[in-house]
Amino acid sequence: MDFTLSKEHEMARTLFRDFAVNEVKPLAQEVDETEVFPRGTTTKMQKLGFMGIPVPKEYGGQGCDTLTYAMCVEELSKVCGTTGVIVSAHTSLCAEPIKKFGTEDQKKKFLVPLANGEKLGAFGLTEPGAGTDASGQQTKAIVDGDDYIINGSKIFITNGKEADIYVIFAMTDKSKGTKGITAFIIEKGTPGFTFGTKEKKMGIRGSATYELIFTDCRIPKENMLGQEGKGFGIAMQTLDGGRIGIAAQALGLAAGALEQTIAYVKERKQFGRSISKFQNTQFMIADMATKVEAARLLVYKAAMAKDTQKKFSVEAAMAKLYASEVAMEVTTKAVQLHGGYGYTREYDVERMMRDAKITEIYEGTSEVQRMVIGGALL
Amino acid sequence: MKIVVCIKQVPDTNEVKLDPVTGTLIRDGVPSIINPDDKAGLEVALSLKDSLGAEVSVITMGPPQADAVLREAMAMGADKAYLITDRAFGGADTLATSTTIAAAIKKLDYDLIIAGRQAIDGDTAQVGPQIAEHLNIPNISYAEAVEVEGDTVIVKRQYEDRYHTVKVQMPCLITALGDMNKPRYMTPGGIFDAFRSKEVTVFTRPDLDVEDAAIGLKGSPTKVAASWPKSLKAAGVKVTLDPQESAEYIVEKLQEKFIF
Repeated sequence: MDFTLSKEHEMARTLFRDFAVNEVKPLAQEVDETEVFPRGTTTKMQKLGFMGIPVPKEYGGQGCDTLTYAMCVEELSKVCGTTGVIVSAHTSLCAEPIKKFGTEDQKKKFLVPLANGEKLGAFGLTEPGAGTDASGQQTKAIVDGDDYIINGSKIFITNGKEADIYVIFAMTDKSKGTKGITAFIIEKGTPGFTFGTKEKKMGIRGSATYELIFTDCRIPKENMLGQEGKGFGIAMQTLDGGRIGIAAQALGLAAGALEQTIAYVKERKQFGRSISKFQNTQFMIADMATKVEAARLLVYKAAMAKDTQKKFSVEAAMAKLYASEVAMEVTTKAVQLHGGYGYTREYDVERMMRDAKITEIYEGTSEVQRMVIGGALL
Repeated sequence: MKIVVCIKQVPDTNEVKLDPVTGTLIRDGVPSIINPDDKAGLEVALSLKDSLGAEVSVITMGPPQADAVLREAMAMGADKAYLITDRAFGGADTLATSTTIAAAIKKLDYDLIIAGRQAIDGDTAQVGPQIAEHLNIPNISYAEAVEVEGDTVIVKRQYEDRYHTVKVQMPCLITALGDMNKPRYMTPGGIFDAFRSKEVTVFTRPDLDVEDAAIGLKGSPTKVAASWPKSLKAAGVKVTLDPQESAEYIVEKLQEKFIF
């Protein structure tokens, strides 16, 4: 077993790090304070191919692998959790299901502009009554001639309103339960498709989180993704991949907080010496660094499994479960080691701790990850 | 149009620390980068490729590890890459270096050669102009802006107190200033292509038509007589004055130095 990254992955990390430090970090605090979607940054990332990293070149992507994509989300999240999730939701939750389940025509029409950066993507599964129990979908799609008519709403949608292309799920046959759920591709601007409330959040505040509302929204049958009634499987498989993105975001937040804390404890003096000289600090930093490294190995393993294995649900669930809990623990300890300063917005660790919490919740809570892992083992 | 860009792998001086005891640079573990002036030159070439269409080749001389800067240049958009590497070329001063690089460039097709003004680890600014001499083509150094018009290049050349606009027939060589542009980022797909589908052509001693006496240590007339760490500037003078006197004191000092 070889844990050495290839030269291309090392160089890709350098690229993502340089971009994150030069272009993303200077805006991170403002993005958090103002809750404004960082459109300037996404435009730059679109030009550089960051929005289509694991998509084949023939569909406008970069032709790289899932590991490279995970490293991109990690490096962006080291300096800005908001920017990390924009790339993750776009890539894993919108481009990926179209790449995997779309027809050739759908790939040409939707995947190419998503991957080459012309358009931004989002994913809509969660409803007010269908969170962890995604089978409780109330949104309905009814056949009318060559169209489907969609009615219902989706909540907590990342990249909502900002995105151009949405993969959403609706009941085409309520009597069949999860086998009555179907996936659709809907474009912004389709009559009957509007946006409701923008959520005010604890963290990742620059990420646009909106309600999607469908009122007699008519879409052509060719916008159905996969087969009728196969939507639940598409959603679950998509979330398996999405979890790698969120695990990478969590890893980045933890690694970023650790980096900042190491720098801080070397500078900060109390009792006449740097607090890095105290054993308590050294032990805390040692535990934080060890956990970050363990999380990194799980995330990278899951990313590689996605490209080489047919099923990678357990690897993805373990990576997300562990990395997100490490992110919460490490960012909390980072604030603790920063003392009073860490509780102020002068220092990035305050934002990172708030950003970290969501990684234990979205795209499957930690409890759901345990259900997935336990279910596979028992 | 065919453009050859000369690049050099240098230690990232932002990351270099001084040994507090000996005063020398600690180079161990310091990341290597494309020399900033050369990277600006590469950006000029890639911009010309974007606007007019061009084939961009990058060439470097160095140890086998210099392969990394060629891959990075290809990940930014360069089409071809050449590495000149052989123990026989080691220990070269600027003359032997330029002789060797010129011998390699003679094997390539070119209309325009772009080099950086100078390298951050040597600061000589000699290799670019010397390559032009060896190839017997015009050289314009200190380029701050470059345009191509037909078979000529128009260069805004920077001096300390003025500019010249120089128009020159290709083939020619220009040396680029690091602050003339902001070099583009690599792309993820460009990185994968640079390692997985593009090649670096290697030139070793037998590939180049050049005299033994003109390369490596033997071909290097420059002898470094001695080198020593620069003495550190003394700490400033500390004075304690009231605000009025402080202002007068500062003005007086500035006037002494003709700054005010």
